[in-house]
Amino acid sequence: MKELSLHILDIVQNSVKAGASEIEIDINEDILKNLLEIDITDNGCGMSEEFLKTVKDPFSTTRTTRKVGMGISLFEAAAVQCGGYLEIESEQGNGTSLKVFFEYDNIDRAPLGNMAETMITVIMGAPDINYVYKHRKAGKEFVFVADDIKNALGGVPIDSPEILNWVKEYISEGLENAGINM
Amino acid sequence: MKSLAELQQLRDKISKQVDLRKDRENGIRIVVGMATCGIAAGARPVMNAFLNEVSKRGLSDVTVTQTGCIGMCRLEPIVEVFMPGEEKVTYVHMNEEKVARIVAEHIINKQPVAEYTVGAVQE
Repeated sequence: MKELSLHILDIVQNSVKAGASEIEIDINEDILKNLLEIDITDNGCGMSEEFLKTVKDPFSTTRTTRKVGMGISLFEAAAVQCGGYLEIESEQGNGTSLKVFFEYDNIDRAPLGNMAETMITVIMGAPDINYVYKHRKAGKEFVFVADDIKNALGGVPIDSPEILNWVKEYISEGLENAGINM
Repeated sequence: MKSLAELQQLRDKISKQVDLRKDRENGIRIVVGMATCGIAAGARPVMNAFLNEVSKRGLSDVTVTQTGCIGMCRLEPIVEVFMPGEEKVTYVHMNEEKVARIVAEHIINKQPVAEYTVGAVQE
């Protein structure tokens, strides 16, 4: 994948399939420590200990249609190729947390890419979930909470095309104002 | 700067439109494959391009949704168009340029773009 935001889009779908009602995406660009950290945490069904042991293996999947599942392995490869790593913690019934670390200035680190597009794509895929997106860089922070938008909308669905386009611009502008350029 | 007040204005505008949900139920569905294979091949910009076109043209009877992997990963990004009373049309190797043409010719003028379909590619 060309952008880390595409991996995020892919991994969030695992949380959706795990039946999560809240998914938090936390991005921290710590330039002083030369570290980029991406955390994705959900309150879905979690994994058994046995499945957790094999989950990074591309031939490990919960799918029944075929025997491969590449999402987590690809994200891990994107981290490892630039001196980083991927950790997963999960408890059955209590959700899953995935943390991925990257060397910030490594030449092989893929760019973060378009987070606004990733956010509206996940909202569209499962609009009932409360997505919380926090992005920190150089002491500044941008926070997006999908339920705040839904409350402001009253009954109008958040996945109406006009609303999604508005949300995309809202996130892009918010990131820009926090000095986070995509 | 975008504010929640502005969002509320947009909400009021949309809720005045004719019965949104009824429109959607009887309308056209555009389904984009959004599994790992689709995402890696470029499905996200394709889906966003459809959203843009639908929103720009105010097509209230068109829904854009997502699905998983349908088993033809080498042909991703894949988009399926469902029109009431018509057979499903499957477009393959999609990109943003193809989106504009499909919306104009197929969604609006009801003429599928044959050269972009799975049938044309697999011959």
